[in-house]
Amino acid sequence: MIVYLLCFILFLVGLYGLITSRNLVKIAISMSIMEFSTFLFFALVGYVNGGIAPIVDPADPVKIYVDPLPQALVLTAIVIGLATTAMMMAVIIRLYRKYGTFDIREIKSLRG
Amino acid sequence: MEIAISIITVLMIIGALYAIHARDLLSAVIACGIVGYGLVICFLLLKAPDLAIVQIVVETITLIIMVAVVLDSSREEKFSKPDGQGYISIITSILLIVVLFYFFKLSVETLDAFGSGSLRMAAPYIEGATDKTGSANLVTGVVFDFRGYDTMGEATVLVTAVLGVLTILRIKGKK
Amino acid sequence: MKGMTVIVKKTTQLIAGMVFLYGMYVIVHGHLTPGGGFAGGVIMAGSFILLILAFGSDFMHLTKEESGTTMYENLATLVVIFLAASGLLLGTRIFFLNWFPKGTLGQLVSAGMLPLYNVFVGIEVASSILTIFLALVIFKEEISE
Repeated sequence: MIVYLLCFILFLVGLYGLITSRNLVKIAISMSIMEFSTFLFFALVGYVNGGIAPIVDPADPVKIYVDPLPQALVLTAIVIGLATTAMMMAVIIRLYRKYGTFDIREIKSLRG
Repeated sequence: MEIAISIITVLMIIGALYAIHARDLLSAVIACGIVGYGLVICFLLLKAPDLAIVQIVVETITLIIMVAVVLDSSREEKFSKPDGQGYISIITSILLIVVLFYFFKLSVETLDAFGSGSLRMAAPYIEGATDKTGSANLVTGVVFDFRGYDTMGEATVLVTAVLGVLTILRIKGKK
Repeated sequence: MKGMTVIVKKTTQLIAGMVFLYGMYVIVHGHLTPGGGFAGGVIMAGSFILLILAFGSDFMHLTKEESGTTMYENLATLVVIFLAASGLLLGTRIFFLNWFPKGTLGQLVSAGMLPLYNVFVGIEVASSILTIFLALVIFKEEISE
């Protein structure tokens, strides 16, 4: 039960960074941290005590396996996370070229 | 097992806190790498080698992209003094933390203990899956056969994200 | 973006082909060993990113146009959708029907259509990540001009 609590605290750390930081790069980092905690939670739910990785050996097929469904869900979500992080970075680099800063308060005040 | 994962998760939390509070943006990006690579070790301990392979390569490419964005900027983060409404912020955040932990307590009571693994959907995906899909790797069987709609949707999201990046970053237009 | 020193270039020449081959191995054996289309595609894109970082951005004229990689990406996605819809052409009403013969468990040619899905999803993931990286490199070059 303590691992679920730590995973939730990791999510809260990401949420804290997302709310409090004024820097665009740090906002992107905080969203990555929230994504990571979600992946960890899915992998934790699927774990079975004494289970092995879900690869069937044709010679000896009766064993306890880890649940493959959460792993399959996370597998695609990781690659999507890379694409969305790259898209956030594209927006950030474009904003930096236009305003010369990463700080969202200065961007707001510069917009007349 | 639970203790080892707890220790690595504590390290990830420390790395995340440092990444949020670092003055230099480059060290913040690299401290974000602590969280990502710690997640790789957690996946290996949780018997998920597919996820570990994907995560270690994806984390490296993410770090390359983030460092490339940060390197040709000023890299300094300016800190300003908080304005006078500190009490309201502190009270609001304490209330928010209490509410969030209450919902966490509600939801974690419905989960089983760590490692008991009695998800309702687990058994049909494992028993007889090799006869239905013919794949020795059960994760690939779930990704492309049982849950094919999910995979097709995520492929569409990937295409859309690439189109978005090309739309944002194009300056001169095509010749 | 300029290239790096001679040591990095030599090491990259030795390693990049191996990385590309390993990505193809992970894709093709995706239904037998850990890995699959997503993992192998990211590894293949990583080999090209390594080449561009070491040799500079005008290597192989890759960064002249990103339209080639976009074309491969969209074609691969289209092929995946056609493969999924091929069950409809046979008269059944099931999307994502695995209608190829299954073969014996554990062989390289087995598991019906799953290796085909793995190959095309791998091509799609590799070309989309390479497209994102090339777009960033081209943007930074146009800025520095």
